[in-house]
Amino acid sequence: MSAQHFSLPARVLHWLMAIMILAMLFVGVGMVASVSERHQWLINLHKPLGIAILLLVIVRLVVRFSSTTPPLPADLPAVQALAAKLSHVLLYALMLALPLVGWAMISAAGDPVMLGSALQLPALLPADAPTFAVLRKAHRYLAYLLFATVLLHLAGALFHAWVRRDHVLHSMARGPR
Amino acid sequence: MAPNDPQPRPPLSPLSLALRVGAIGAVTLLLAGALAYTGGYFSPERLTPDRVVDVLEKNNGEHPGFRRNHPKGVCVTGYFESSGAAASLSSAEVFSATRTPVQGRFSLPTGNPYSPDSAAALRSMALRFQQANGQQWRTGMNSMPVFPVGTPEAFFGLLQATAPDPATGKPDPQKAGAFFASHPETGAFLAWAKTAKPAASFVTETYNSVNAFYLTNAAGQRQTVRWSMVATTPADSVAPQAENYLLADLQQRLAAGAQRWDLVLTLANPGDPSNDASKAWSGKHRTVTAGTLVIEREQAQDNGECRDINYDPLILPSGIEGSDDPLLAARSAAYAASYKRRTGEVNSLPASASQESRP
Repeated sequence: MSAQHFSLPARVLHWLMAIMILAMLFVGVGMVASVSERHQWLINLHKPLGIAILLLVIVRLVVRFSSTTPPLPADLPAVQALAAKLSHVLLYALMLALPLVGWAMISAAGDPVMLGSALQLPALLPADAPTFAVLRKAHRYLAYLLFATVLLHLAGALFHAWVRRDHVLHSMARGPR
Repeated sequence: MAPNDPQPRPPLSPLSLALRVGAIGAVTLLLAGALAYTGGYFSPERLTPDRVVDVLEKNNGEHPGFRRNHPKGVCVTGYFESSGAAASLSSAEVFSATRTPVQGRFSLPTGNPYSPDSAAALRSMALRFQQANGQQWRTGMNSMPVFPVGTPEAFFGLLQATAPDPATGKPDPQKAGAFFASHPETGAFLAWAKTAKPAASFVTETYNSVNAFYLTNAAGQRQTVRWSMVATTPADSVAPQAENYLLADLQQRLAAGAQRWDLVLTLANPGDPSNDASKAWSGKHRTVTAGTLVIEREQAQDNGECRDINYDPLILPSGIEGSDDPLLAARSAAYAASYKRRTGEVNSLPASASQESRP
């Protein structure tokens, strides 16, 4: 009955990335609203964590397409099933886009893309101020969109667990007994 | 049981359903509220980078496309020639390489891009050292020896206390006086300001890091320093009675030849504060002349290389680190907010011919 549950790699990646992405959203929002030493500390965390998420989401897409995904409950209304599908596509797209936009944005500012004091990534784009301005805005609004989608995802999961009382949350929360 | 068969689920009572839906709403709202709290939405009194830039815009008026502080300036380029003397203190490539290209900027400290050059005695120099290994060292230096205050909160207070009075267009001397009286740490700066005269040239000024930094060498040993770009050209005239003279002076001197400064590192003695830029490091200090800055060319700032550079003092190569000075993080954060705003307004910059006179 393994088709009733996500594979172990899928579950580990899901919960690990859930923590990382939530942390990342709070770090991002907190750092741009701070002038204290926290600002620098959080930026130094934000960059490597973002690249880690980018690498993990690539692994995750491979896992997703190479293993079976448990089907949604057969009695789920079509509208909800469609919403579930679209929100997952959006989640994956944003998980990929946000680190890339962040990386491109630092490149467009002409800043060295440093992960720590010595590890440097290549620039994704040449330095260009107007491009930076657009990417900086995009990074912000895409992050808000990701947060809203995460909240929707969470509310949906809880709706399945507490109101519909079906198998959906269990399929990600634990393996087959 | 077929995989997709729903579990037998007794219907929920209306009360139970309401509680469950309510709980989902509560969890979602709590998380959204926590994010909003983290972003400062519930703390309008919290000092944020945007609030610092807002008060600069309020004090200075809006000048789209320009830096929100020190907007009047000129781009310069050249290189740094290391003496090798600092290589034992810091593993940064800039101290061992023979030559590192530099893109810099001279500026006035006022908030108005059309201020007359004598509007303030302070002159500033910002530099970006572009190391061959891709890392960068950016620094923004000032010709004063110390910063007026030691914390971002006090700096914000200073900006508020020196805001122009809507009635006179000038800061209210009573408000400013009250601020300085209640901030004794401004004493060292005020003593400098009392005797400082506007220099006739950017070239004859010495520029100081003001903030402290840590140098680390290959062995991992850490040394607290402040640095200065020490002028090698003595001042030979007083500032003329004119609106604009600094640019013409710079152009004239550069036409005659490259201009030089010595990079002098001042090594902290035990007991020197690294976290308070308002305090001088007094008494005898060991200094190391790390090399020579050579400035060869100037460019107008509306299309020169410096235009799109944020001289964030915390963009540092390995071998140089920010100290525990709280102003460093605040400068970094506020510069980022200014950069975010002005890069979206590049097209609003007036053409170079009108840089020094109102459009």
